[in-house]
Amino acid sequence: MGSPRFWSWAALVAGLLYFFLPLVGMFEFSLRARRGEYSFQAYTNVLSDPQFRETFMYSVVVALFTIVLGVLIVAPTAFWVRLKLPKLRPVIEFITLLPLVIPPIVIVFGYIRLYNTSSWLPLTGTAMGTNILLTFGYSVLALPYMYRAVDTGLRTIDVATLTEAAQSMGASWFTIITKLILPNILSAILSGAFLTFAIVIGEYVFAALLNRPGFGPYMVWMGGNKAYEPAALAVIAFGITWACMGVIQLATRLSKHNRVQR
Amino acid sequence: MTDATLAAPAPEPVEVQAPRPRPSRAAALPLKWLGVAPFMLFALLFLIMPTIHIVLGAFQTPEGAFTLRNLQGLAVPQVVRPFMLSIKISVLTAGLGCLFGLILAAAVTKGGLPGWIRDAMLTFSGVASNFAGVPLAFAFIATLGRLGLVTVILKEVFGINLAATGFNLISFLGLTLTYLYFQIPLMILIITPALDGLKREWREAAEILGASGSQYWRMVALPVLWPSLLGTFALLFANSFGAVATAMALTGSSLSIVPIILFAQIRGDVLQDPHLGYAIAFGMIVITGIANLVYIVLRTRAEKWIK
Amino acid sequence: MAFLKIEHLEKSFGSTRVVKDFDLEIQKGEFISLLGPSGCGKTTVLRMVAGFETPSSGAIVIDDKDVVALRPNQRNIGMVFQAYALFPNLTVGENVAFGLKIKGVGKDEREARVKEMLTMIGLPDLGNRYPFQLSGGQQQRVALARALAIQPHVLLLDEPLSALDAKIRVSLRTQIREIQRELQITTIFVTHDQEEALSISDRIVVMNGGVAEQVGAPFEIYNRPATRFVAQFVGTLNLIEADVIAPESGTVRIGTTEISLGRPLKPGRVTLACRPEAVSLGLAEGRPLVLHAEIGEVHFLGAVIRVQARAGRTQLSLDTFNRPDTPPPAAGDKVQVSISPADLLVLEA
Repeated sequence: MGSPRFWSWAALVAGLLYFFLPLVGMFEFSLRARRGEYSFQAYTNVLSDPQFRETFMYSVVVALFTIVLGVLIVAPTAFWVRLKLPKLRPVIEFITLLPLVIPPIVIVFGYIRLYNTSSWLPLTGTAMGTNILLTFGYSVLALPYMYRAVDTGLRTIDVATLTEAAQSMGASWFTIITKLILPNILSAILSGAFLTFAIVIGEYVFAALLNRPGFGPYMVWMGGNKAYEPAALAVIAFGITWACMGVIQLATRLSKHNRVQR
Repeated sequence: MTDATLAAPAPEPVEVQAPRPRPSRAAALPLKWLGVAPFMLFALLFLIMPTIHIVLGAFQTPEGAFTLRNLQGLAVPQVVRPFMLSIKISVLTAGLGCLFGLILAAAVTKGGLPGWIRDAMLTFSGVASNFAGVPLAFAFIATLGRLGLVTVILKEVFGINLAATGFNLISFLGLTLTYLYFQIPLMILIITPALDGLKREWREAAEILGASGSQYWRMVALPVLWPSLLGTFALLFANSFGAVATAMALTGSSLSIVPIILFAQIRGDVLQDPHLGYAIAFGMIVITGIANLVYIVLRTRAEKWIK
Repeated sequence: MAFLKIEHLEKSFGSTRVVKDFDLEIQKGEFISLLGPSGCGKTTVLRMVAGFETPSSGAIVIDDKDVVALRPNQRNIGMVFQAYALFPNLTVGENVAFGLKIKGVGKDEREARVKEMLTMIGLPDLGNRYPFQLSGGQQQRVALARALAIQPHVLLLDEPLSALDAKIRVSLRTQIREIQRELQITTIFVTHDQEEALSISDRIVVMNGGVAEQVGAPFEIYNRPATRFVAQFVGTLNLIEADVIAPESGTVRIGTTEISLGRPLKPGRVTLACRPEAVSLGLAEGRPLVLHAEIGEVHFLGAVIRVQARAGRTQLSLDTFNRPDTPPPAAGDKVQVSISPADLLVLEA
């Protein structure tokens, strides 16, 4: 038996190979659009495609609405549960974990049947209604991540004590929320927001089954019809994911920095 | 010894229902609960009710009467085979994801590698675990597909014809290889904190008592990690079982796994029986539900040494 | 012939030398304490004996065998850690049996031995409990039983009491010493608590900055500290500044009082030191050094009364026994205190 360090390096190298080869392969492939030379032709093709711009913008807008909706639903709830209903926490936590257990395709299947044109809430009847339904659906998909992020943020500050202290000094609820709680969990909310963005931007199943012109269905369509453009799309998607995670890292680091200073 | 008595089981604390003034309680309750009402409404409308609708639909005729016919309809080869294939892929990718993820996480946390590698690994895992779906499939096609980078290099540099070895990306093996790309990082993200929870003293105590490294892992570390491992396995299983986009973009619909069958069914073709779709969806819930139930049962058994 | 020999032991982490030329010989069955402030290298020495750290140079010989090249699991050493490192997934009985199981001891023998060990530590009925169900003191006793179950050559104790409550700390250290005596096991005990070291050791090694400052029996360490560090680290010490007025006869002046110490001194200023119990209230036979002092704080500790007094610029701490017929002095009292020159230590700078 060699030293543990040797095996650690061996595992690491194997891991690097597995994780980097597809990235390299994807990038290399995306450069092959012109025969015999490497070029950014595939990227040019993609970026000049009006369909790309439309679907991408559509997904960005839906992602932004999803983030706002998610924050509005999750943050007050997590705060309220920590403050007033700690007994309810297991229940809320269980609900927020359900989207990890129930396959997304089942959830969207339920939407289609529950909110169809002949139902009591015919959301799928209009384009706007379907957009709203999609946004709510994405909020459900992002729920586990958003809730975890915010709840972790709340855990690092002692919500109950802080609130009581502020109340004893005569602070109003508005002041407590805007001056005390929000600044303290801002980085957590940002983390949740960018994670949500990363999940929503390329999502396929919901958008496809609800017939919305999202970036995910566009990518699949490209995959079926073009050779090199899909690889370019994958590189772009990977870049977006990286950027989102980078911002999350930055946000956490900044908040840690703040906390130490305090 | 004075402190020996401390370990004697303390009498069970008796729940005393404090007699509270009724009116104030009645007034306080709804107000408190109002705070979670938006969340509950949201969860009910967009998570719970749709799911229940599917479950009920699985037991109903198109006219709304109770029936078991839909479930019986599952017992045909073109449904059973995809279920078996999906379960096989999910178990395999969850198992391998756990295994490789654990090895990598252990290497960077306990293997004596420089600290920055650990941070880099965690950051990358955050990215890779979210780099699923359509783009991931494209990346693998670009790498191991017919014209992919690795395929080409293997052929031109090493003279190995990947296709001739029987490898096909659009296959069970190919899908497994692709799924692992997000399963392993997910495992790393979840198991790293658990590995950090392993105290150095446990290892040293085991070592000085004569244990080898593998004995320590078998007798102490793995049992301690077991609940986390089980939990992650269940999560990875569900993660893989419900994945549609990756498989769809990778294989079109040539590989019959359950989510792809259901996808086609929802789009309104293939099986020509709308309520069979409910039954398939219900079957998916049951499978992931069972996976989590097994996890919960095993966890309570494995955690008897935790408060 | 020493049972455990440490010769010229050195350890560096990067460019920091944490243990410097450390030598120690321990007889079979001896109880040795390594005493020193945190960062003095005592734990590193212990960890090198255990095998968790590799010495930069030097030898560690146990029972005539150099163990430096051996891995911890080949050394047959028992060790108790500071943060009761019981395996949380195993019961008390399984924890104690762990080492035996590794060694391949049969089930019946294992069970008998576990029972014997649990009885020895006074917890015969807790074999089926899990560590989280035990108090800190109980966990540490189980850890001791686990370490001793494999009948090691040497027992290492790494600050085993520092995480415990004061009362349990005292009772447990007594128990550790009793068990150690009974088994006649060679023991190294690391602590930063001088009272602990003084109370249970055969000999103490006082360490500072990676160096053994003094090795000796508790009585010796306390009464005849070899260096200024030892004098100040072990016990409470009164420091008295004095001017040497006649170096060859050892006569010094303290404030306005002159006294001969009866041993030659270097000329100039000198720092004298004495223990609180060497200072008496009032005049006494054989204590010719008399200082006029004013009483400050009076701490009634029970059998002992610790009195703070000020004599000119010198702050004195003195201990007197409680006598029911004489009330203790009160703050502000003007008193005379007397010291025997023989009790004065001369500290080198």
